[in-house]
Amino acid sequence: MSETKARYFENESYNYKIVYQFALMTVVWGIVGMTVGVLIAAQLVWPELNFHEFLSYGRLRPLHTNAVIFAFGGCALFSTSYYVVQRTCHVPLFAPKLAAFTFWGWQAVILLAAITLPLGFTSGKEYAELEWPIDILIALVWVSYAVVFFGTLATRRTSHIYVANWFFGGFILTVAILHIVNSAAVPVSLTKSYSAYAGVQDAMIQWWYGHNAVGFFLTAGFLGIMYYFVPKQAERPVYSYRLSVVHFWALIFTYMWAGPHHLHYTALPDWAQSLGMLFSLVLLAPSWGGMINGIMTLSGAWHKLRDDPILKFLVTSLSFYGMATFEGPMMSIKTVNALSHYTDWTIGHVHSGALGWVAFISIGAVYYMIPRLVGKEQMYSKKLIEIHFWIATLAIVLYIAAMWISGVMQGLMWRAVNPDGTLTYSFVESVKSSYPFWFIRFIGGALYLGSMFIMAYNVYMTVRKSPVTRAAVPMPLTPAVA
Amino acid sequence: MSSATNTLPTGWAWYVAILTVLSLLWCLWILVNNSKKIEPKDQPELHGQNVWDGLREYDNPLPKWWSNLFYITVIFAVGYLALFPGLAILPGYLGWSSTDRYKKEVAEVNAEVDPIFNAYLKQDVATVANDKGALQIGGRLFQTYCVQCHGSDMRGSKGFPNLVDADWLYPGTPDAIKTTIMDGRVGAMPSFAGQLKPEQIKDVSQFVLTLSGRSASKDAALRGEETFKQICSACHGASGKGNVALGAPNLTDDVWLYSGTAAAIEEAVVKGRAGVMPAQKDQLGEARVHLLAAYVYAQSREAAPKTPAQ
Repeated sequence: MSETKARYFENESYNYKIVYQFALMTVVWGIVGMTVGVLIAAQLVWPELNFHEFLSYGRLRPLHTNAVIFAFGGCALFSTSYYVVQRTCHVPLFAPKLAAFTFWGWQAVILLAAITLPLGFTSGKEYAELEWPIDILIALVWVSYAVVFFGTLATRRTSHIYVANWFFGGFILTVAILHIVNSAAVPVSLTKSYSAYAGVQDAMIQWWYGHNAVGFFLTAGFLGIMYYFVPKQAERPVYSYRLSVVHFWALIFTYMWAGPHHLHYTALPDWAQSLGMLFSLVLLAPSWGGMINGIMTLSGAWHKLRDDPILKFLVTSLSFYGMATFEGPMMSIKTVNALSHYTDWTIGHVHSGALGWVAFISIGAVYYMIPRLVGKEQMYSKKLIEIHFWIATLAIVLYIAAMWISGVMQGLMWRAVNPDGTLTYSFVESVKSSYPFWFIRFIGGALYLGSMFIMAYNVYMTVRKSPVTRAAVPMPLTPAVA
Repeated sequence: MSSATNTLPTGWAWYVAILTVLSLLWCLWILVNNSKKIEPKDQPELHGQNVWDGLREYDNPLPKWWSNLFYITVIFAVGYLALFPGLAILPGYLGWSSTDRYKKEVAEVNAEVDPIFNAYLKQDVATVANDKGALQIGGRLFQTYCVQCHGSDMRGSKGFPNLVDADWLYPGTPDAIKTTIMDGRVGAMPSFAGQLKPEQIKDVSQFVLTLSGRSASKDAALRGEETFKQICSACHGASGKGNVALGAPNLTDDVWLYSGTAAAIEEAVVKGRAGVMPAQKDQLGEARVHLLAAYVYAQSREAAPKTPAQ
């Protein structure tokens, strides 16, 4: 690579403040969301922990999912996308005041969720439980996010758009559409509304939303993170441009169809169920394209894994991504789904994606950004990152192995029949048999949460007494023509 | 071929089908278009001259195994769409439908197990209740279909009768139990809020408490006795012993379906009660109900001596 001495636009600097705010809240909401998760895991083992209706399992479960997906994951996406889009466009963030609004608006959404969900206000749609006034606030924040992001792209100083920004852009656009369509409702009061759709159509819209929340929020967005932070941390060029083209376009086209696999063996017509299954299978290769491109970027830099815990987080996240995106298409096959659906297997699958892929890539990115945002060389303690990595990895293994075993066990117990056609096991027997695995899951969750406190301490020690740094915008490199 | 295969109006069916085909073609096109041969090089080649924040991209070819995997899944999808319902305008060559498949499987299982059940149907319920094998089947049926209300220990809960306390709202004979399960029961206690004054309701509730020897206000109970004789005795009988023909509970045995407190009794008089046992004959069929009745009868008979004498 031909490197010329970097020159700067000395009167311009990157908007690091917004990146920093979102990065810190990523850690805070991660701890909050995972604490609620550990509590509900404990409630399954010790039901007497349902102290009060506000703190009962049914109220806290949506709080947990909303907090980890939209508060923790959302802040990670805002933070990294704002960091990446400025730096790869060599231009400060567009509309900084609107960007500040996205921060405060998003925090308001999270606080409102944390209040209304325990109080029992819910629209009853999974991952879209928040009632209509909050939905409107989400839409406003999201449109502002799109203006800031695409405005920055439009004012870029590079001729091409970097691959990470394709994924961030696709994620921002699609989530706007998903949220607005699925949340369409008829309000009857400030705190209650009814879905604009009915019956199986409502279910289909909901899972079109639900699965694309996974596909775009939790996959495309985080692939955007991957495409910047993996090559940066490995200090290697991205493995294949053409692979990124193929898997990007294939991914965003096929994900759209995959939702019906959540409705196998329901009132949804057979043809729609089939499409959900087939496009989920077609999705395997496009999903793996991202994993290959990330992992192969390390060619020639594998030795760095040995003593770089941030790279460990990033590469391990890609392994979990590959595993979860293999498991997903398999579970979408109707006959496999007949066994796996409604069991803990689904919970295990989701958490190998959530804890392994989404959280690990976010944690790696935050560890990368934090010192740079406050003008330091590196995190306060590299050793603590290493400890965080190993505890969290062990935690995931405990969690998903427990859920795999209990999930398959539940599926097999529910379908076991005697020669006379009666069920071999009553439902409560399968619940009883699940207890040891729910306990192991609780231990796994608690370990993962514990490792997040180590991260919080490390971040605190890195940033304390250090203001956000001013980073001048470098001029884009004009590579020497060979 | 099932009519349930296609539920879309033709226009929409074509719209979805065309989009489906275009999406698959798109995957193929983008794959083929990016699979053009590249001269093998010792060093990976950079794609273009772009540098973003110091980042660059190689232009390595698509891994062969990966594009083959992609092709295989798309080809599988095309084959599946030809054979099974999936393309909204076509039912699929095999004419498969989940409804037909379900019906077929149920018929197959029934053909296998019906002889087992029908053999018991030839005997009366009381006889079946002495058959160990039959009770095992009945118990498993109970654990599948009845536990939701009556509990896995058969002891019921508020509003759902305990089946092993030898106390019967409707007759506890083998045939009556079978009738209860087959046709269901509606235990309707009407509301007397319009007919009785609040004081009268309080008084009569105190009187009902005395029927089972519970502590009550003597004066109020004395006043309430008159109301009981005029109104309540119509169903619950003059002495309050109830009437199994109507499903009117015995009020003297200190067995309570809801609760034996003054507040709960007042609530029953004010609001009425509607206890519903749903009919099972259409869902389970007579043969299975027959075994369930035998099981419930056997369990209640076994439990009877343990119940304190009344």
